[in-house]
Amino acid sequence: MDFEGIILTYWPKFLEGTLVTLQLTFFGVTIAALLSPPLAMLRLKGPRAVQIPLRIYVSFVRGTPMLAQLFLIYYGSGQFRPLLQEVGLWGFFREPYNCALLTFALNSTAYQIEIIRGGLMGVPHGEIEAADGIGMSTWTKYRRVILPHTYRIAWPALGNEIILLMKASALASVVTVFDLMGQTRLIFSKTFDLSAYAWAALIYLIITTVFVTLWRISERTISPQIFASKRKDRAVIAGMRG
Amino acid sequence: MKYGRLMAAGLAMGLAVAALPAGAADKLKLGTEGAFPPFNYIDASGNLAGFDIDIGVELCKRMEVECELVAQDWDGIIPGLLAKKYDFIIASMFITDERKKQVSFTDPYYAAAMTHVAPKGAGITDFSAEGMAGKVIGAQSGTTQAAFIEKVYPDADIRLYGTQDEANLDMANGRLDLMVGDVIPSVDWVSKTDDGACCEIVGEPITDREFVGDGTGIAVRKEDNALRENLNKALAEILADGTYKKINDKYFTINVYTMKAE
Repeated sequence: MDFEGIILTYWPKFLEGTLVTLQLTFFGVTIAALLSPPLAMLRLKGPRAVQIPLRIYVSFVRGTPMLAQLFLIYYGSGQFRPLLQEVGLWGFFREPYNCALLTFALNSTAYQIEIIRGGLMGVPHGEIEAADGIGMSTWTKYRRVILPHTYRIAWPALGNEIILLMKASALASVVTVFDLMGQTRLIFSKTFDLSAYAWAALIYLIITTVFVTLWRISERTISPQIFASKRKDRAVIAGMRG
Repeated sequence: MKYGRLMAAGLAMGLAVAALPAGAADKLKLGTEGAFPPFNYIDASGNLAGFDIDIGVELCKRMEVECELVAQDWDGIIPGLLAKKYDFIIASMFITDERKKQVSFTDPYYAAAMTHVAPKGAGITDFSAEGMAGKVIGAQSGTTQAAFIEKVYPDADIRLYGTQDEANLDMANGRLDLMVGDVIPSVDWVSKTDDGACCEIVGEPITDREFVGDGTGIAVRKEDNALRENLNKALAEILADGTYKKINDKYFTINVYTMKAE
């Protein structure tokens, strides 16, 4: 089979796999995006008894390969089946998709906690003092001053994290999930044709490119002042040259 | 132009030298998987061992060549042969028409059959496509077993694993309703291992030629016909003089060449 033949014959499989990959990434990232802001605040300002376990969790996740974490959750949960059955969780862990999603969510949460923490620390003190000065409540202060600025700072790093997770989701294929990589391996094992992997790489590249473009547009929307000032600078420089 | 011609000559010489070791082979590389006990596995001291390995080493001895053992994941085992990472594969590979498109096979060195494995007392009796619809069925990916499940049980929830060991582990962990494996390793697993105690062999052995092919053979690259013939000659020798039986009896209680009790 030739290069085009692979995609012409197997495109439904590639499509199926791509959807699973997108789904895994989307749910993983979303769960992490909901969990990480409160956890990042606790990590910064919480009591020591909360900070220490959070620190251990973050360094464990960042310091071990995701493949090892996935194996621990997938095959590890199997070893504890009687216990999990007793508490009614085996139904969840029995499905490889759930184990992969749990691993990705745990992983991305740890990274996003650190990214949001960096963002929170990057908000200038003056802004916070000004908010206090005009008598904003804590809730209003976070909602109107701290969090918007935090996300402006964290946005590019968050985009990066999403791309990394999307690519890492290929690991799901080793625990029998038919994501894009899983489907590709299946196609390769039938055809022994390396172009299957070339197509997979191309699809991953397309996903990333589309995502990066969308993310850049969103960056402009949430931080218009940065791009506006850049344009102004350029206009000024152009004017000086003229 | 002069330099161009010189370079071309140099390149040709380089190629000729590079081609030499493959032509005048007194040292061969034997590719195997190393995750398929008792046929091929990594033993406690980290060396490749098993029935396939013993047969392979014996064949090398008969061919009077030195052999180096190479372990390679199953998924990439045929591409690895084609990429000349080793010269022949002896890894319990069934001789199928699909594989014959890529490689040549020697005469079979043992008979092929597959079987179903299920948790003890699961009471699976209906092996029709309808009976298996929605059941979670596992096998090693890229194997005849995987091809069998996909073809015969199209409506099952199919799970494919990198190695048979991983499939076994998930079977023991209770994620699978059914598994399809080679007869001997499956029997070995359910009868001799702690994990395997969960499960039992069910149904009739699968011997359909469409899936198990013509037995288990040694794969070589298509152009290496001389090597294939040498391997066949050596195999006939060890079958005739009792060496094969000695190796067989070291691992099995039945004769795997015929899959019959002696």
